[in-house]
Amino acid sequence: MSVPTAFRTCPTTGLKVHLPAENLIKANAVVAVVFFLIGVAMALLVAMTRWPAVHLLGDEFFYRALTAHGINMLIFWIIFFEIAVLYFASAILLNSRLAAPKLGWLAFALMLAGSGLVDVMIALGKADVMMTSYVPLKAHPLFYLGMILFAVGALVGTSLFFATLVIARRDRTYEGSLPLVVFGAATAAIIAVVTIAHGAIIYIPTMLWSMGIIEHIDASTYRILWWGLGHPSQQINVAAMIAIWYLLGALTVGAKPINEKLCRTAFVLYILFINLASAHHLLVDPGVSSTWKIWNTSYAMYLAVLASMIHGMTVPASIEVAQRRKGYTKGLFEWLKKAPWGNPSFAALTLSIVIFGFIGGITGVTFGTEQINIISHNTLRIPGHFHATVVGGTTLAFMGVTYYVLPLIFRRQVVAQALAKIQPYLFGVGIVMVSLGMTFAGSYGISRRHWDITFAGATLQPAVDPTVYLLLGIMGIGAILAVLGALLYILITVGTVLAGKKTG
Amino acid sequence: MSGQQGKGEEERVPMWQLFYDNIFLLLALGVAIPVVFYTLWGVMELVNLPVWPK
Ligand code: HEM
Ligand SMILES: [Cu+2]
Repeated sequence: MSVPTAFRTCPTTGLKVHLPAENLIKANAVVAVVFFLIGVAMALLVAMTRWPAVHLLGDEFFYRALTAHGINMLIFWIIFFEIAVLYFASAILLNSRLAAPKLGWLAFALMLAGSGLVDVMIALGKADVMMTSYVPLKAHPLFYLGMILFAVGALVGTSLFFATLVIARRDRTYEGSLPLVVFGAATAAIIAVVTIAHGAIIYIPTMLWSMGIIEHIDASTYRILWWGLGHPSQQINVAAMIAIWYLLGALTVGAKPINEKLCRTAFVLYILFINLASAHHLLVDPGVSSTWKIWNTSYAMYLAVLASMIHGMTVPASIEVAQRRKGYTKGLFEWLKKAPWGNPSFAALTLSIVIFGFIGGITGVTFGTEQINIISHNTLRIPGHFHATVVGGTTLAFMGVTYYVLPLIFRRQVVAQALAKIQPYLFGVGIVMVSLGMTFAGSYGISRRHWDITFAGATLQPAVDPTVYLLLGIMGIGAILAVLGALLYILITVGTVLAGKKTG
Repeated sequence: MSGQQGKGEEERVPMWQLFYDNIFLLLALGVAIPVVFYTLWGVMELVNLPVWPK
């Protein structure tokens, strides 16, 4: 049965572009950037409060802004963008039509309604529970309903990705195995299923509890199930980011993996093992046994870490090979010197690999052991780590790919090219300062999610090493740079979509 | 082993490739493994904790 569909052929890549898929990609990407803007505004408020020299917000608004920052960034910005990536990787990269675009719009509407509801509840002060919403902290039932609607929408979007893979295979729009980038996106989609299933299991009873229908939710059980959502959701980001690394390697310098089998094996290691590492969030929880903790974090987690190290080697190696093939063979590093550093996508790709791999990877693996976890738990070392992974890594990679999405999907020439060139550096340098400032302040025992580290006015005041003020100052200045870099990204994307010169 | 696409229409696809190409098998394993080792095992441990006597 053939369905009449509208396609156009991309003049640059020769790909057949399914127009309904293209519209869905546009809608999800635009909304992602809007939530990013909310998250950035909140980031500035939160960072300027955690910098003791400024200490901007009062306690109540600090926790409200922190809740809004975590949720808008980690969930809404990232997942809207990822849904766009999934549609792109399935329909566009496979030259196929997207399965059931109407359902795609339903997914979009559910996600938008859910995220809107959550943000309204936070703004009204009815959900000062932070992104983890640990019980017995209780939010308004509509907050949980918003989360559930969002999750259902994301699940529908993810299902369309799988359905499109089936259609593309049946219609033979590609030959042989799935292309590597699509395989990476499929990894993200598989992990998303685990994430969303746990989300449904935990948010539905919690909503009933906040409505007074269920009397009691056990805090330990909540934490186990919530982290079955919280950890995998970060691994969706990792898989999507790495798929984008391979894509950007190909787009910016024509890189091709030296050995695709190895890259695929690394993705399969993610699929099988990365989600067991959810247990690293519960290493100081008393209810679960050491056997459970060690099995899930040590043995399983190292297999997933191995996979990240493989990707961290194969992407730069493929870039080197591509550069050398172009004749940049002098000495050890000519290929690196002559790389297209002025291409914002290449700059974002490189910074993403370095920040994710070195700062994010090294800090993260250490917390995965029980002995170090007990020292670092709930200190600023934790946000120091994940601002290197999900911000310096994933968010920068998403920014990098945006500079290709704008001309190829929105068909507009990127405006303010000179500013676009410096944008990834500004954001990258800022976030490295944020991450390192937090990490080292955390090593001095400074708590995360804490409004006033000096405990002013309390009977007992803890000793705060003066170095901490320097470190939090570095974090604060880095935050200003990162926020400027983020605003530049938003201005360039919005400017391009509204006023960029039409191409093709 | 040849990674090249020759005229290999009839070339036998290696077992690992068949496994990696089977996205829905990977999906099933990717869901089952964490659900068994992390979720079910963890929740069973919590359920079996003795209750504080009233
Ligand atoms: C624009 C640059 C950003 C700056 C300056 C920034 C700064 C901060 C600061 C100061 C905190 C508070 C740490 C604490 O008190 O415990 C924080 C928390 C957090 N940030 Fe960011 N951030 C930025 C971007 C992002 C992005 C892009 C994401 C996600 C994709 C993100 C995710 C989070 C999360 C999940 C938390 C923890 C919230 C919680 O503890 O409940 N941030 N950030
Ligand atoms: Cu985790």
